[in-house]
Amino acid sequence: MSTTSGDKAKGAAHGTESGGGRPRAWATWALLAAAAAIAALPLLIGAGAHLEEPFSGADAQAEETVEEIAPSYEPWFSPLYEAPSAEVESGLFALQAAVGAGVIGYTLGVLRTRRRLRAEAATAAAASPSPDENGPTAGTAS
Amino acid sequence: MHIAEGFLPPAQAAAWTAAAAPFVVHGVHSLTRAVRADPEAKLLLGASGAFCFVLSALKIPSVTGSSSHPTGVGLGAVLFRPPVMAALGTVTLLFQALLLAHGGLTTLGANVFSMAVVGPWVGYAAYRSVRALASRLPEQTSLGAGVFAAAFAASLSTYTVTSLQLALAFPDAAGGVAGAFVKFATVFSITQIPLSVVEGLVTVVIVRLLSTVGREQLLRLGVLRGGTAAGAVDGPGADASDETAGPHEPTSGPTSEPTSDGEAKA
Repeated sequence: MSTTSGDKAKGAAHGTESGGGRPRAWATWALLAAAAAIAALPLLIGAGAHLEEPFSGADAQAEETVEEIAPSYEPWFSPLYEAPSAEVESGLFALQAAVGAGVIGYTLGVLRTRRRLRAEAATAAAASPSPDENGPTAGTAS
Repeated sequence: MHIAEGFLPPAQAAAWTAAAAPFVVHGVHSLTRAVRADPEAKLLLGASGAFCFVLSALKIPSVTGSSSHPTGVGLGAVLFRPPVMAALGTVTLLFQALLLAHGGLTTLGANVFSMAVVGPWVGYAAYRSVRALASRLPEQTSLGAGVFAAAFAASLSTYTVTSLQLALAFPDAAGGVAGAFVKFATVFSITQIPLSVVEGLVTVVIVRLLSTVGREQLLRLGVLRGGTAAGAVDGPGADASDETAGPHEPTSGPTSEPTSDGEAKA
C-alpha cells in the first residue's frame, strides 16, 4: 500500500493535510485484524457449545420464535425456487460474494492504475521546465 | 434480517411493500441522476452495491451462539447518500429472495424497508453527527470514526426494525407487541452487536483503501474534506451534482442540520 504518487508533493506544499490526510497502512491492517478477531472469538470461546445447534442462523431462529408465539400461523407463500441441497445453496452464496468481491477489486484496480498514470503524466510534465514551478516534484512513483 | 417468504400476514406484507416502494422509486431516480451528473461515479456506485453484495453473503458467528450477516449498506449511504442505497439494497435482497430462498417476494417490501431504507438513513445520520462532532480531529480519524458509526448504526438499526416488524405481525400473547419485540430483538439485535462492529471495521478499511487510491473521487463526493489543492483535479468538478454536494463544508460546527439541498429526512 505505497502512498507515493504525484500529489504527495502537493500535499506537502499545503501542510494542513500532511498529518491525517492519508491512511497509514499499519492502522488499516490493525483494523482488519480486529475485525477478524471479533468474528473468530465466538468460535474460540465456544459460545455455541451449550446449544443443540450451535451458530444457527438468526433468520431461522426468528422463524422458530414466530412458531412459538403463533403456533397456528401458516406461511401463506413459499419461495419460488429453493436450492435442492445445502451444497448448491452455499455455492450460490459463494457466487454472490465472488461477484461482489470481483467488482470491488476491479474498482480498486482501476482507481490505482488511473492514479499512477496521472502521476506519471505529472512527472513528465514537470520534467519539461516551466518558470512558475515551486520546485521539482521529485520522488514520484515510477 | 430476512423475514422468510410468507412469514408476514398478507395485509402487513402489502403495507410494508407500499411503504418501501416510493423510497425504491426515488432511489432508482437518484441513482440515474447521480450517474448522469457524473459518469465517473459509476465505478464507486458499482463498488457500493458490490460491498452490499459481499457483506450480506457472509454469515458470521456471534457471541450469542447464533450467526447472522452484516448488511453492507453503510458504505453507499456515506458515499452517495441514502436514497441510492434503497435501489442497490433492493437488488441484493431480490437476488437473495429469488436464488437463495433468503427472504422472499411477499416480504421483500418489509426487508427493503429495514435494510435499504431505515438502515442507510440511520447510518447517514450517525455519519453526519460524528463528522460534525469530530471535525477538529485529523481528517482520517474523523472520517474513520464517521464511517464506523455509519456502518455500525445502519447494521444494528436494520435488525432492530426487522424485530419490530415481526413483533407487529406476531404480538406476544402475554406481553403484546412490546413483549414480542423483546423476543425478536434478542434473536436479532443482540446477535448483531458484534457483527455490526465487524461491519464497521471492514467498512472503514474499504474507505481507507478508497481514500488512498481514489482520493480525487472521494474529494469530489465531499466525503473526504480539506483537499485544498484538489479542486484543480480534472474538469467536471463544477457540476458534481446537487445530490452529493451535501457534506462539503470543511469548517462549520453543526453540519448535521439539513442543508439547502439535503432533503430533511421524512
